Amino acid sequence: MRRKPFPWHITVFLAPAVLIYTLFMIYPMLASLKFSLYQSLDDGRQVFVAFGNYIKLLTDPNWKEPFWNAFWNNVVFFVIHMSLQNPIGLLLAVLLASNIRGAWIYRTIIFTPTILSVVLVGFAWKLILSPTWGIWFPLLDRLGLGDNEVAIALLGNESSALITLSLISVWQNIGIPMMLFLAALIRIPSELIEAAQVDGASSWRVFWRIQFPLIVPTVGIVAILTFIGNFNAFDLIYATQGALAGPNYSTDIMGTFFFRTFFGFQLRPGDPNMGATVAGMMLLIILAGVLLYLYGWQRRMEEVQF
Amino acid sequence: MFRRLTGALALAAFLMATFLGGAFAKQQVIIESWRTDDLKLWKDVIIPAFNKHYPDIEVIFAPTNPAEYNAVLDSKLQAGTAGDLITCRPFGKSLELYNKGHLAPLNDLPGMENFTDFAKVAWSTDDGSVTYCVPMASVIHGFLYNKDLFDKYGFQPPKTWEEFIDLLGQMKKKAPALAPLVMGTKDQWEAATMGWHNIAPNYYGGEAGRRAFLAGKEGFHTDGFLKGFEALAQWAPYLPRGFKAVSYSDAQQLFTQGRGFIYPAGSWDIGVFHQMNPKLNMGAFKAPPPTGATKSYISDHQDIAMGLNPASKNADAAKKFLEWLTTKEFAELYGNALPGFFPLHNFNITISDPVANEFLSWRQTSEGTFRMTYYKLSDQKPDAETDLWVASVNILNGNQTPEEAAKWIECRLSSWYQPHKHFHEELNCK
Amino acid sequence: MTGSRYRWFRVFKISGIHATLLAYSALVLFPILLVFMNSFKDQMAIFGEPLAPPTPETFSVDGYKTLFEIANFQHYFLNSLIVTTVSLVLIVFLGAMAGWALAEYEFKLNTFMAIYLALGIMVPIRLGTVGILRLMADWHLVNTLTALILVYTAMGLPLSIFILSRFFAQLPPDFKDAARIDGASEYRIFTLVLPLVRPALGTVAAISMIPVWNDLWFPLILAPSEKTKTIVLGAQVFLGQFLNDWQAVLAALSLAMIPAILLYMLFSKQLIRGLTAGAVK
Repeated sequence: MRRKPFPWHITVFLAPAVLIYTLFMIYPMLASLKFSLYQSLDDGRQVFVAFGNYIKLLTDPNWKEPFWNAFWNNVVFFVIHMSLQNPIGLLLAVLLASNIRGAWIYRTIIFTPTILSVVLVGFAWKLILSPTWGIWFPLLDRLGLGDNEVAIALLGNESSALITLSLISVWQNIGIPMMLFLAALIRIPSELIEAAQVDGASSWRVFWRIQFPLIVPTVGIVAILTFIGNFNAFDLIYATQGALAGPNYSTDIMGTFFFRTFFGFQLRPGDPNMGATVAGMMLLIILAGVLLYLYGWQRRMEEVQF
Repeated sequence: MFRRLTGALALAAFLMATFLGGAFAKQQVIIESWRTDDLKLWKDVIIPAFNKHYPDIEVIFAPTNPAEYNAVLDSKLQAGTAGDLITCRPFGKSLELYNKGHLAPLNDLPGMENFTDFAKVAWSTDDGSVTYCVPMASVIHGFLYNKDLFDKYGFQPPKTWEEFIDLLGQMKKKAPALAPLVMGTKDQWEAATMGWHNIAPNYYGGEAGRRAFLAGKEGFHTDGFLKGFEALAQWAPYLPRGFKAVSYSDAQQLFTQGRGFIYPAGSWDIGVFHQMNPKLNMGAFKAPPPTGATKSYISDHQDIAMGLNPASKNADAAKKFLEWLTTKEFAELYGNALPGFFPLHNFNITISDPVANEFLSWRQTSEGTFRMTYYKLSDQKPDAETDLWVASVNILNGNQTPEEAAKWIECRLSSWYQPHKHFHEELNCK
Repeated sequence: MTGSRYRWFRVFKISGIHATLLAYSALVLFPILLVFMNSFKDQMAIFGEPLAPPTPETFSVDGYKTLFEIANFQHYFLNSLIVTTVSLVLIVFLGAMAGWALAEYEFKLNTFMAIYLALGIMVPIRLGTVGILRLMADWHLVNTLTALILVYTAMGLPLSIFILSRFFAQLPPDFKDAARIDGASEYRIFTLVLPLVRPALGTVAAISMIPVWNDLWFPLILAPSEKTKTIVLGAQVFLGQFLNDWQAVLAALSLAMIPAILLYMLFSKQLIRGLTAGAVK
């Protein structure tokens, strides 16, 4: 190591990856950001408008309303994931870590939806909840919910469509937090738990006193992964509700709003500059989340840990 | 490991090269369209008929979902990946494509003389000097009904709006398990297209009303236009169970399976329903005018045409296809293969399908008008057509009263449409 | 604490765990099996008795027939396979090279490079779509599999480099030093250490595979042509075109799910090892 005059080999090792990564990830990202600072005229020329597009997005009623609507819907989407997907994932991981027989079978099954395409999962659930197929209504009738306005049209009601889609997404993605929690739980030395059990501690106590404190760092990782995934989501809404994210834009999230802005819809053409602006806002939101995680959460974690 | 990896890499590169390098011996023409329902017919009937004349041209019909067609087409045109032939929506959308250079002028195409000016108007520049799409067909709105179910319960097709609503009430009482009116609001566009565009012309007075609207004398919140929304609101109790989650294809499924009485239709559904359930015994009635009305109106909409992508690498072959579209042979084939698409050619064509003929006969008894939001009113954002989807759904779902919905859509339109500026102030839009 | 009371409590607890996990597994398998099962029934039976398995009277493969007549699923599958394989090879191999450089050598820009390359783990590549589309259009790469491969490689590299550099850093130095004393070149040493991190390479491949195989966004935007459709886009388009033909819809869903499930079974060991090794930091 560290003895050659010019480290050609380092360049050779690094160059291909850095080149592809810079060219197809960093450069397009910067180009998009630059593009969001311009507006195209009718004759196709581009004029520099500085932050004009961002101001328009946040103040012009035609843009402000759909933007904040998509943003808050996305927040709801994220909150549902945080409050259901991750706790249930943790519960499943704890059950799987409790040395029962056949744990690997359960683990393999529960992870299966995660490897399927969101398009297929969304479409399959749409069929199951469809009023035409005789699955959902007979089930509701048996439960005595046959007259419930919301239950009979889960994907059609403004009050329930977003929640339903979030639940479908939770159903699909629960495997990821489950696996990460499971990994963290397995790494806990079994002597610790056995010692506590010998002392007569209940499983509940063992979990809160020993297991949970040791997997707290994983909780942070899961949270930030969920955050990035959710604010970047698109496929599920597009596949089940279409690009208009109905009813009445109640399932519109940042991804679908970006798609519609960029590509346009029905009789309206898209606006690439505003599309880039929406993407710029998404980048800002995600970066804010990541920084919060790195500086808020992880710093504190380092202090807590040994 | 290293050797295996490079081996895999070489193999993959080889696969890719042979795969991407495969040249096409035939000339290939790709058609962009939103008519997904007609995929089989194009493949089995229309393209083979064309290939009898031009066996060396391979035509591929590649439709996209109707609701996504425009967006997908735009993105493909932008990226330079669109097909050679582009199925044209009427009015503004295609005009804009022409203005951006995505549709070639077709004035000189042999056979264009086979169309009247009326047929060409939806695909010509405002001054009429350039036509950029070959007109294919218009569609008519109305209602399809299940004849067997009507006979079983002794119902008659209604003549007036009041009879219509009354009939729906009787259906609900006599056959609670069946849906009186089969339509959903999940996909959003049906509520506006099969709903409002279908019935509202009777209230706002067809072409005359549409012109008054364009000139700023009427708005969505005035007279006939508001009455159109009010009429639509009356449908809500008679839609299928869970209609908010019923998609367009769900509704088609419900009606063809005999699980409902009446289906608010576009004439293009006729052919689809024949395919889905050949045994279905269908009848049709036009949008019933209110009692006492002296005139009745139907939505007769120039719907579909085809243009040439100037970026096409097979423009010669594509033009051959367009030429063929102007012939009587195509008109007859298309009108009969797809009952419910009424060719716009000058020829006298016999349509054999009785239900399609019923639709066609309304041209004698009613005045036709096209979907009003397509012309001018959707040229800017927020566009009236998309807003009409949202407003119609909100009315049927019970989220907005007709007055609220009318005011909402008028405020959005008058925010940019100059002739309506005065409404913006009158309505106190924020 | 002793005796039968404790044993009864344990039995009770374990059966409770099994019951919970069984119930959740059922919830997972129900939609998948339902779709698969009904894809082998005729239209009447699909709607009439959705929960009944196909019987000799209701058995039908018409949906699959339509699928093979109309859509080119074999071809879509091949596209997905090419894109995924080539991307994975590039992600793993180029990632290993860069990861090795970052772990093994000390140079001025080391920390900067590590952070620069790690940015891509946190920032989704989709946000650069506008730029990517313009770049690909300028280079005439739109509607080619190459465009997809390049984008997926760029997408997968950051995580791959991150994981692999950690594995390389854990290698004992004796082996490398011995090779160096024997006069082996740095390139030669790299080929010698690569087999030592083979499990890690498999892990990276398994983790990177899912998002590449299942992606809808980039095929939809960069390569929507018939020639270059991947299986997910092909299925999405087909589902949109055949909304009325439930037999075909269910067949398409089943057929698009099967390759993913097979791949999963093939690679589940690596995948789970990767995830449980805390690879995703």
